[in-house]
Amino acid sequence: MKTLLKNCKIVNYDKTIDGNILIDGEIIASLSASADEKADKTIDCKGKYVVPGLIDMHVHFRDPGLDYKEDIISGSKAAAAGGVTAVCPMANTKPVNDNSTITKYMIEKGKDFGVCDIFPIGAMTKKMDGEELTEMGDMAEAGAIGFSDDGKPVCSAEVFRRAAEYASQFNSFVISHAEDKSLAGAGVINDCETATVTGLRGIPAESEEVMVARDILMSKLTGTHVHICHISTKGTLELIRWAKAKGLNVTCEVTPHHFKLDDTELLSYDTNFKMNPPLRGKEDVEAMIEGLKNGDIDCIVTDHAPHHIDEKNVEFDLAMFGITGLQTLLPLSLELVSKGVISMNDFVRLTSYNPAKLLKKADRGEIAEGKLADIVVVDTEKEYEFTLELNQSKSTNSPFIGKMLKGAALYTIKNGKVVFEFPA
Amino acid sequence: MSYKRKDLLGMIDLSSEEITYLLDTAQTFCEINERDVKKVPTLKGRTVINLFFEPSTRTRTSFEIAGKRLSADTVNFSASSSSTTKGETLIDTVKNMEYMHSDVFVVRHAYSGSVKFISENTDASVINAGDGLNEHPTQALLDLLTIRQHKGDIKGLEIAIIGDITHSRVARSDIWAMKKLGANVRLFGPPTMLPKYIEPFGCRKCATMEEAVEGADVVMMLRVQRERQGKLLLPSTREYAKFFGLTNQKLNLAKEDAIVMHPGPINRGVELMSNVADCSRSVILPQVSNGVAVRMAALYLLGLKKGGQSENTAEKL
Amino acid sequence: MPSKEIMNKDEMSRTLNRIVYQIVEDVKDAKEICLVGIRRGGAHLANRLNEIFKNEGYTNIQVGYLDITLYRDDLTTIAEYPVLHGTEINFNIAGRHIVLVDDVMFTGRTTRAAMDALIDLGRPEKISMAVLIDRGHRELPVQPDFVGKVVPTSMDELIEVSLEEQAGSDSVAIHKKP
Repeated sequence: MKTLLKNCKIVNYDKTIDGNILIDGEIIASLSASADEKADKTIDCKGKYVVPGLIDMHVHFRDPGLDYKEDIISGSKAAAAGGVTAVCPMANTKPVNDNSTITKYMIEKGKDFGVCDIFPIGAMTKKMDGEELTEMGDMAEAGAIGFSDDGKPVCSAEVFRRAAEYASQFNSFVISHAEDKSLAGAGVINDCETATVTGLRGIPAESEEVMVARDILMSKLTGTHVHICHISTKGTLELIRWAKAKGLNVTCEVTPHHFKLDDTELLSYDTNFKMNPPLRGKEDVEAMIEGLKNGDIDCIVTDHAPHHIDEKNVEFDLAMFGITGLQTLLPLSLELVSKGVISMNDFVRLTSYNPAKLLKKADRGEIAEGKLADIVVVDTEKEYEFTLELNQSKSTNSPFIGKMLKGAALYTIKNGKVVFEFPA
Repeated sequence: MSYKRKDLLGMIDLSSEEITYLLDTAQTFCEINERDVKKVPTLKGRTVINLFFEPSTRTRTSFEIAGKRLSADTVNFSASSSSTTKGETLIDTVKNMEYMHSDVFVVRHAYSGSVKFISENTDASVINAGDGLNEHPTQALLDLLTIRQHKGDIKGLEIAIIGDITHSRVARSDIWAMKKLGANVRLFGPPTMLPKYIEPFGCRKCATMEEAVEGADVVMMLRVQRERQGKLLLPSTREYAKFFGLTNQKLNLAKEDAIVMHPGPINRGVELMSNVADCSRSVILPQVSNGVAVRMAALYLLGLKKGGQSENTAEKL
Repeated sequence: MPSKEIMNKDEMSRTLNRIVYQIVEDVKDAKEICLVGIRRGGAHLANRLNEIFKNEGYTNIQVGYLDITLYRDDLTTIAEYPVLHGTEINFNIAGRHIVLVDDVMFTGRTTRAAMDALIDLGRPEKISMAVLIDRGHRELPVQPDFVGKVVPTSMDELIEVSLEEQAGSDSVAIHKKP
């Protein structure tokens, strides 16, 4: 089957060109096809941007075990609707993804549905208990792309060190959810003026930074690539900058909510603004934007964390941390483009090219001949309300539901097939 | 002037006019509490449910007395704050109570913001009797009423609040209300008990106990809740008493006619020395009496459903 | 709104004097009575009556003020919360002869509430009622003992008593409801 995308403004991380993309089967055959090229399906992309499929390195698909929140099918649908063609689900499923059987299950289920590639992140320690290493070799062979005890950060520096060392044997890397749980204490929002005003307990920025510092040093000690999850503070970014200047093998990611929203949202006690790390101060938000602009931050991820309404419509302290994000990744990131903070090429670099590189997936991250036909046709000007009807996730815990968004995936093409079309 | 809100959730939402109106109303109830027959028929046939998700005896008793003196039927409901152990969500519990045709909920809960959360999910009026670290508005009102009775106008008074500010809903409600009425508030306590971001209070943060007390018209000591806050915030009560407790000697730095307040229950010999608690400048027991009057005022203003007149003006900040 | 003055300042003054004479005439030991005005109008009138008593040589009559708001049976139907002015009776009413004072007597419900409020404060030996205007239309079996003026009205009329203390001048007017 051949598909022709004509009149495209093709955006890659390094340049933007005009062209007609011919897809043959699952592969991009040409960027310079004739507009009259015969194809089974032709899409006129006039006036639209065409970008490589987004790769979200940090999601929670809750499958297996917590499928009342999300499963690989609904998660894939949400991804496709957000222009995302590959995701890395974290290991905090039930049971934990700490063995190759679960890793394979996740990959296969994603493959069967065929809308979004699943590159699972395996647990670093058994049951994510922070004590015994998992069978990383076996899991890596099964397709686990990296290792992390996301959400339950490894307390012991020794355990983290050994995990990082061991992962390197399998050409893998480790991902750190940097949080000193003892310092975060019973905190539920950023430690800030809003905490003083609302009486909600604060999580100091330092609870993140102290662990970022440690895990940077663990990278120094082991030489293993350490990727810092969802950074949220100005201080973290300074530490990352230091690490990069030293030439350490450290990368990091940020979520749209951490560069879009600040902690004053919490004055409403709305649990859809409760996430971990918490929304931080205006200064931190500005630092995140600056980090995206100057390249200190490597990629944008969602930390898509679906939770059932019954887990959110409760007392603030008891509500689960996290919000969904797959369908707002694109509009919120494009806002940075329309504000002139980053270019369209930067956008592609942060959402597709860099993640592909970090994940060592050479077949994607670019629109080029011979690459996988994971392509998104983007309408940067489309304004629409993010309604419950548009929402594809099983869960609705997004502060953006009911809000106006600008920028959408018109078509999401996965392995050469249109898997999502924005509803007319 | 009047009070048109459905609920009484916190002093932070109220205007100075609303606070003054509540205080004026409360003042008229003081007289009823001194009668032989301490009862008026105003809320006859109304049901007030004290929904206490956290143990409390004095606040609950005070509300219960206030409701009974207004002839309301007051019912106590106690439960734990952690819904997981109950197997029923907070809103389900509240809806159950509401469908018994209750008119007012007086709610205490261990988590900040949960009383507001309840008020958004019920048509009944809700009075916050303390939510986590956030607010305890009737305590602030009784404090203000007591100060007003002793000092006249609140405006321009120098008020020192001393103790665990971070974990005190009493301090929060007092600070919001006192600032709105024009008092100058100073704060002091161990650094482990002061919020890192103290600016929103608009208060003077004092470096020493002496600085806090000197020239004050009102010295308010907060209760040390060691059992609740764990042992990391202070090494011992003995040491607390030495550096942060109010002694006669320290009190002598205050104005000659300064009054000493405490939300109770007192830890004698910890935050307040016995001779200070019992001295003529102590207004701790009048605070307790005023508590009943203030709660009667709140129940009176919220307990009667005015046909279509009550507006839910719970403002988003 | 058509309005008619039915009592001017002088007439009011004479009427109040007449009420005092009635009380003195009817009550065996007039110097033992206590005046309790129903807030707000009745409270001012109680003060006025006390002044007249003083002029007549009754210099030790005790005066109190009753706020009956909390005893009203129509609190849920009126739109606004009435401002509470508080009850101020600084003497023991037990065993005393209380003369309740109000400006207008209409349905009798205020009087009922006043009696309830008073009895909660103690057990008076006797309660009498003095009003400036009785406009009829009783809904309860209560009657005033001392009346300044009986004014027949229809239900669509309002009686407005203006007093120096509140309105700046003394008068009584009758209005048609708009």
